[in-house]
Amino acid sequence: MATTDLDTTTTGSRTPDNGWRQRLGRWDVKASPYIYIAPFFLVFGVFGLFPIVYTAVISLMDWDTIRNTGSFIGMDNFAYVLQDRKFWVALRNTFSIFLLSAIPQLLLSTFIAAMLDNNLRARTFWRMGVLVPFVVMPVAVGIIFSQLFADNSGQINDWLGMVGVDPIGWHKEVLPSHVAIATMVNFRWTGYNALILLAAMQAIPRDLYEAAAIDGAARMRRFLSITIPQIRPTMIFVIITATIGNLQIFDEPRVFDTTGTGGADQQWLTITMYMYNTGWGQLDFGRASAIAWLLFLIIVVFSLLNLLITRKFISSSDSTGGK
Amino acid sequence: MTFSRRKTSLGLAAGTAILALTVAGCSSSPDDDTSPGASATDSTAAAEREAVTLTLATFNTPGYNSIEQPDANYEFDLLAEYQKLNPNVTITYDRKAESGDARTNFFAKLGPGGLADVEMVEVDWMPEVMQYSDLLADLTDPALDGRWLDSKVADATDAEGRLIGAGTDVGPQAVCYRSSLFDEAGLASDPDGVAALLEGDWANFFDVGQQYSDATGKAFFDSTGGIWQGMINQIDPAFEDADSGDIIALDNPEVKAAYDQLTAAAVDQSSQLGQWTPDWTAGMADGSYATMLCPPWMLGVISGSAGDTTDWNIANVFPNGGGNWGGSWLTVPGNGANVDEAKMLADWLTAPEQQAKAFANAGTYPSQPAAYEDPLVSSASNDFFNGAPTGTIFADRASAVLPSPFKGEYFFQVNTAISDALTRVDEGTDNAADSWTKAVSDIQAIG
Repeated sequence: MATTDLDTTTTGSRTPDNGWRQRLGRWDVKASPYIYIAPFFLVFGVFGLFPIVYTAVISLMDWDTIRNTGSFIGMDNFAYVLQDRKFWVALRNTFSIFLLSAIPQLLLSTFIAAMLDNNLRARTFWRMGVLVPFVVMPVAVGIIFSQLFADNSGQINDWLGMVGVDPIGWHKEVLPSHVAIATMVNFRWTGYNALILLAAMQAIPRDLYEAAAIDGAARMRRFLSITIPQIRPTMIFVIITATIGNLQIFDEPRVFDTTGTGGADQQWLTITMYMYNTGWGQLDFGRASAIAWLLFLIIVVFSLLNLLITRKFISSSDSTGGK
Repeated sequence: MTFSRRKTSLGLAAGTAILALTVAGCSSSPDDDTSPGASATDSTAAAEREAVTLTLATFNTPGYNSIEQPDANYEFDLLAEYQKLNPNVTITYDRKAESGDARTNFFAKLGPGGLADVEMVEVDWMPEVMQYSDLLADLTDPALDGRWLDSKVADATDAEGRLIGAGTDVGPQAVCYRSSLFDEAGLASDPDGVAALLEGDWANFFDVGQQYSDATGKAFFDSTGGIWQGMINQIDPAFEDADSGDIIALDNPEVKAAYDQLTAAAVDQSSQLGQWTPDWTAGMADGSYATMLCPPWMLGVISGSAGDTTDWNIANVFPNGGGNWGGSWLTVPGNGANVDEAKMLADWLTAPEQQAKAFANAGTYPSQPAAYEDPLVSSASNDFFNGAPTGTIFADRASAVLPSPFKGEYFFQVNTAISDALTRVDEGTDNAADSWTKAVSDIQAIG
C-alpha cells in the first residue's frame, strides 16, 4: 500500500491542479513516517506492551496458569509479597550485588578504555581481547566460577591459604557470596563496557588534547577535564544499562550452587530469582507477576535517580561545554 | 528425598557431569502386561490401525534408545522394537537433559496444549501434576492390576480413582558405605555385618554413627539433606492433612522430633556438606563421610566421582523400614491427538519385560515386581561396589517401601523451608533452635 501511495504522490506533486492527488500527496507527507515506524510499534505492542499489561492484570488475580483461569483478589498479591521476609532479603541482595558489580566495573572499564585509547601495537587484538569474556555463556561462567569459589575444594580458598588467609565461606556468608557473584558479572561485562566507552573516547576531537597539552595540562588533567566530560552521554548510557541489567541479575546467582534457589538462608537470593521461584517453583504466577511489577517500578525509580546523579556529578566538571 | 532430588535437577541442569549421572536414575520404562495375549492383541489391531506419529518426551536416561547416551551403546533399542511390532507407528523421541527442564515444559503446555503424546513425569513434581489429573488420560485397565509396586500405583492415582501415570522406574534405597572406614572405626565392615549393625530405627542408625564418630573423629553420613529425605518420607501424615489439605507441619510433633533427632546427631556425624555441592562430590573419594543413603541410580554417581576408591559397598538395609528416592511415570495428556495410540505405547514401555531391558541399558530400576525375576535384573551385580548383587539387594529394598505419605500442593514449599533450616544448621549460619524459628515463619507464610 505504501508503495502505491508513494507513486501516486510523486505524480501528484507534478500536477498541482489535480485536487485529490494533491490531497493524497499531503496525506502521504504527513502519514508516511508513521507508517514506516508502525512495524516497530506493532511488534513492541505484541511482544512488549501486551505482556506488561497482561502481567499487571494477572498480578491482581489468584491465577492458575495451567487452567488459564483466576479470580480477582485485588492487591492481595502485592500485600503478600511486601510482607514476605524473603522479598526484602532479595531486595537487599540485589542492591548489594549491584553496587559490588556496577562500581568496580565502571571504574575498571573506564580505565581499560583509556588505556586502549593510546597508540598500542596490535590495537585490534587488544580491543577484541577485552571482549572475549563477553562471548562466554553466562551459565558456563557461573559453573566455572562456582567451582573456583567452592568452600572447601575451591582454588580461590587454596590461593588465600597460601597467603595466610583463612578459608572464606563463599556459599555460606552473605557478603562473600555477593562478592563472588559480582566477580562473575564483572568478568563478563567489564570488557564490553570498556569497548563502548572506548568508542566514545575515540570520537573526541584530538585537537582538544593538543590544545590542552600546549597549555601545560598533564595526562591526568587532560583525562579528567577533557575525556570524562566528553564521554558523558555514553557514560550515562552505560550506567543506565548496567543499572537495568544488574537489578535483573539472574543467571549468575542461579548457577552459583546446585539448588539454584539462592542459598538456605537466602544469602544470594535476588529479586528475579525470587520471582522465578515463585512462578515456576511454586506455580504461583499471580504473586510472581506482582513481584515483576514491583521490580519494574524499582528499576524505573532507580534509573531516574542514577540519571540525575550522573548528570549532576559529571556536568560539574564539564568545562568544555560538551553536551 | 524428593526434595533434594529436585534441587539436584535444577542445579545440575547447568550441565555438570554429575547431573548426567544423576539423571540416569530417573528414567522410566515400560511395562506391559506379562500375558502373551497383550501383544497378540496389539498385532491384530495393528492391521486396522491408522498410521500415526507419536511423540515421546522424557528426560535424563530412561534407557529406551541409545541416543540418550551415545557413548553407552545400549544393548536394546526399545523404540525400534515397538515400531517393528506396530508398523503403523512412528515414534519421535524428544529427550530433555534433566527433570527441571521437563517440569517447566510440562506445566507451560499442560493447559494450552502442545505436549508430547507421552510425557514422562518425575516423582518430585508428581504431587503438583496430581492437582491437574483431570487433564491427563485415565490409564486404568484391569489388565494392569498387579503390574506395579503398590506405592507406585498409589502415588499416581487421584481421588476419583483414575490412574494417570504408568510407572517406569523406582529408587528404593539401601545404605552405601566404605568398608575400610568401618574397619578403621572397629565396626563390622562386610555387607551382612553392616546390614545387621544398621537394622533398626533411626535412633540405632545414629547410635552406630556416634560410635563411628567417637572412634575416628570423622563424619558418619554425607549430609543432613539426604538423611532428612529418608526420615520425612516415613512420617505419615507429614506436612498436610490429607482430607482438608491444611498445613499441619507445625502441629505435627513427629516432624519436630525428627528435626531435633537429626540436628542433634548431625553435630558429630554429618559431614555438613550440602548435597550436590562440589565438596560433597569430592567427599565420596576423600573419606569425608563413611555412609550415604543410596538408590540404584546413585551407584553411578558414586563410582563416577570416586573412581579411585576400592572399598565402597552396599548394605541391604534401610533404617526404620524402607525409603524411595526418585522414579518416574509415563503420562498421556488428555488433549493429545493420538490418546489411544499413546496409551498403548505407555502401556508397552512400562511392561516388566521392557523395563528389565531399560534397566540393562541404563540402570533404571523397575517399579514392576515381575521384572525382578527377569535375569537381566536378578543377576545384576556391580563391580565397583565389590560385586554387590544389586539386582537382589534393591528387590528387597523395593519391597520394604511403603506408599509415600500424603503430599499435597504445599509439600515442596514446606519441605524446602525445613531443608533450608537443616542446611543453615550444617553451615553454621544458625543454631538448631534459631533455624527452626526461621523455618516456622517461612512455613506460616505459605498459603
